Amino acid sequence: MSVKVRIPTPLQRVTGGKAEVETAPGKVIDIVGALDKAFPGIAERISEGGKIRRFVNIYVNEEDIRFLQGENTAVKDGDELSIVPAIAGGRQ
Amino acid sequence: MGYVKALRCRECSREYPVEPIYVCEFCFGPLEVVYDYEGIGRVLDRRRIEERPKNLWRYRELLPIDGEPRVGFNSGFTPLLKADNLAKALGVRELYIKDDTVMHPTLSFKDRVVSVALTKALEFGFDTVACASTGNLAHSVSALGARSGLKRFVFIPASLEQSKITASIVYSPNLIAVDGNYDDVNRLCSEIANKYKWAFVNINIRPYYAEGSKTLGFEVLEQLGWKAPDNVVIPCASGSLLTKIWKSFKEAKMIGLIDALPTKVFAAQATGCSPIVAAIKKGTEVIRPVKPDTVAKSLAIGNPADGYYAGAVVRETGGGGEDVSDIELIGAIKLLAATEGVFAETAGGVTLAATKKLVEDGRIDRDSSTVVCITGNGLKTQEALAGHTATVHRIKPNLASFEDVLKGISHKGEVM
Repeated sequence: MSVKVRIPTPLQRVTGGKAEVETAPGKVIDIVGALDKAFPGIAERISEGGKIRRFVNIYVNEEDIRFLQGENTAVKDGDELSIVPAIAGGRQ
Repeated sequence: MGYVKALRCRECSREYPVEPIYVCEFCFGPLEVVYDYEGIGRVLDRRRIEERPKNLWRYRELLPIDGEPRVGFNSGFTPLLKADNLAKALGVRELYIKDDTVMHPTLSFKDRVVSVALTKALEFGFDTVACASTGNLAHSVSALGARSGLKRFVFIPASLEQSKITASIVYSPNLIAVDGNYDDVNRLCSEIANKYKWAFVNINIRPYYAEGSKTLGFEVLEQLGWKAPDNVVIPCASGSLLTKIWKSFKEAKMIGLIDALPTKVFAAQATGCSPIVAAIKKGTEVIRPVKPDTVAKSLAIGNPADGYYAGAVVRETGGGGEDVSDIELIGAIKLLAATEGVFAETAGGVTLAATKKLVEDGRIDRDSSTVVCITGNGLKTQEALAGHTATVHRIKPNLASFEDVLKGISHKGEVM
């Protein structure tokens, strides 16, 4: 068992084209660090100074981490983590 | 030929070629269209625009297309009503309604952005368009997409009003109702957009699509005699419309279509989903997402991607933000209909109710000019008014029964 991470298109250049990768459980910010070891460059793209960037949404099991414990949200074995760029429009 | 130079990241200013992409690969900032304004300034002036057909393409040099427009030849150039009855009711000197309730063909401002998005999608060579929508966008993509001969996938939250679902499905798109709210639909769609080579108008076509909103702003300026209003009140869901109307005003000033730009920009949201207005009121740049709970479903985006920039525009212009309850917005829908004969959807009620509060507490000067942006038609959200309208007078088909009722109505008419 491990955590499944969904990688959006703009980041797939860093993951060698992979849309999904697996990682060990932990806090969201630690997972970002672990991903960066496997795929250097990920952390600086989606975070800055230990905080997730303004235009990046991270979901743990379909819930926005801003409604959980933010960067400190615990991600367990079997959980899914999605990295999704903020998108606008679609209003109305 | 077009005047688009490149796409540029709004956060880190890295430039990208004109392709169906929407976020910066380095910082995930949104990409925005950059134009050759010097070139546009040389060819575009008031007279040139005024000679053209009255549709949104009369400002085509300021829209992100390279070839000819492909759809939307009857969209745009909606009325700007001088709303004297409403002005009197609110106690202000000069009030205008920008009336997108009568937009061709689907009765909301979304026909502006979709006309631009579909023209661009065809330029890019796509044969399928898609969108995530809470209603109006779904209608517009379904209808204009049909006219353009494109295959259509439309994703909506399953909880939408039946009337809004009917108004999409009638055009025979592939309509996918997702068990979740708009933010869930959006998240799913951005994952689908990763996998399928479709033109998602509000995802990978978004930098181009969003530019279509500028036409509302250009029209307001032109219809005021190439003058900017003192105030403009704009409904916010993602915040994109507000930022693009402000962009249109700045572009018009830059290329000399208007001489002065004194406008204050105001944001309107429903209290049950007001992350942008909450940030403006608190004086912070940070947008905290919320779980929407309002009858104004077309504005129910709890995690507004352009919220940060909308807040920045409000601050830059010295404007403000206001949020209103469901009861207040329903009252405003009825007020607009009863004073000016315009039936707005719930978002329009939000905008007008917010305007009223802004006037009452002095943030909008009673002696200034104000444009209220009404972006969609009330026939689409009739459910919201259930139980809130005046009583119908029911009578027998005879004169006595009618005159019984008439006694209760203040009636000053002469009897023959």
